[in-house]
Amino acid sequence: MIAIVDYGMGNVASVKNAFQNLGYEVTITDSVAELEKASHIILPGVGSFKAAVQEIEDRQLKEPLRQLAKDKPFLGICLGMQLLFDRGYENGIAEGLGLIPGEVNRIETKYILPHIGWNQLQIKMGHDPFTPFQDKHVYFVHSYQARTEQDYLVATTDYGTTIPAIVRSGHVFGIQFHPEKSGEVGVGLLKVFMEETK
Amino acid sequence: MIAKRIIPCLDVKEGKVVKGTNFVGLRELGDPVEMASNYSKAGADEIIFLDISATNEGRQTMVDIVRQTAENVFVPFTVGGGVRSIEDVNRLLKAGADKVGMNSAAVQNPSLITESSERFGAQCTVVAVDAKSVGDSWHVMTHGGSKDTGIDAIEWVKEAEAKGAGEILLTSVDTDGVKNGFDLDLTEAVVEAVRIPVIASGGVGKPEHFPEVFNQTNVSAGLAASIFHENTFTVKEVKNVCKQQGVNVREA
Repeated sequence: MIAIVDYGMGNVASVKNAFQNLGYEVTITDSVAELEKASHIILPGVGSFKAAVQEIEDRQLKEPLRQLAKDKPFLGICLGMQLLFDRGYENGIAEGLGLIPGEVNRIETKYILPHIGWNQLQIKMGHDPFTPFQDKHVYFVHSYQARTEQDYLVATTDYGTTIPAIVRSGHVFGIQFHPEKSGEVGVGLLKVFMEETK
Repeated sequence: MIAKRIIPCLDVKEGKVVKGTNFVGLRELGDPVEMASNYSKAGADEIIFLDISATNEGRQTMVDIVRQTAENVFVPFTVGGGVRSIEDVNRLLKAGADKVGMNSAAVQNPSLITESSERFGAQCTVVAVDAKSVGDSWHVMTHGGSKDTGIDAIEWVKEAEAKGAGEILLTSVDTDGVKNGFDLDLTEAVVEAVRIPVIASGGVGKPEHFPEVFNQTNVSAGLAASIFHENTFTVKEVKNVCKQQGVNVREA
């Protein structure tokens, strides 16, 4: 059973539908007991970093999520990916989950923000399961980006600046774009996550 | 860099996709969820539903269609038509729409744009503008393109952006249905007036009309209805023509 963390930040139904489409059982929950029973934890989210941290803290989920990520495959999507890092600077400073070293700041580019639309993936060397997705278009909607060490980057995209698109630290993954809105490529990437964390 | 988007538009009346927006000689074409799913599989970058229902039942049906579409379609989709209040926006987003388009209601009450943008984000707040050439300028038309508001279209898109719109869906009342290509002058004028993405709509009769608007203006997306519905051309054929003419499109 895959558990999607429900913490009041955005519509999570599409993420659920995408995993169900792949044949997995999915539950949407904010109960720690339910999350502990799950095989995989998915942290989605749309909105601002600080508001999300507040919602997670209000539900007393911050420490449980950190603990769950120690031995369960964990995937952050969009804002959920940004929350994997140490801290964010959207609407003031807030401490993230600290599962991957790095910070989240506003994108610095000459192009218009938000970075919204179908942009192409550049897969880093040494990430074979992802190489079939080189140059594939995926759907982004965001104004802030992660800044992390090269070692954690699986894929980036170019928007007048290099933006981390997929990050990984062991069984903790983060996807900045919306795989659930990226057609067959997006669904294919979710499949890679499931296969890599079997 | 960001790919230019090809967007099929589905006009939905009382739960069915219909052809013709002029409310005369409407013909049923099929089930909206099924058609949206097929377009997404064929490589559409986004789907737009335009609800032209005349009844409350029809609008409620649209919410159900949105919910089912979210379960079956894995590309972004926008819903417009008949959006009058922040509650309408909330209902459609909650049902699973990625963006909501507002037209006449935004003209009557521009603060609706700000309200939607502040509450749900600019990225899901689309302002649809129907424009018609009048003398040396373009006027904003409402009520399905039939009522001239006298408002200058270029001034209006600037105001919409300032109020928080994340995207402009621009339809030329002059070229809509003519099938002779997009209104290039209007599209260029609007694209140059704002810093948010613009979707051009109205006038597509053949695939070549897409690369034409992409190569001659900085528009972000092109929308068409009839050439896709009548199976005259597929999304893939349109994208191939775009690629041949140097346009960066997504390969599905």
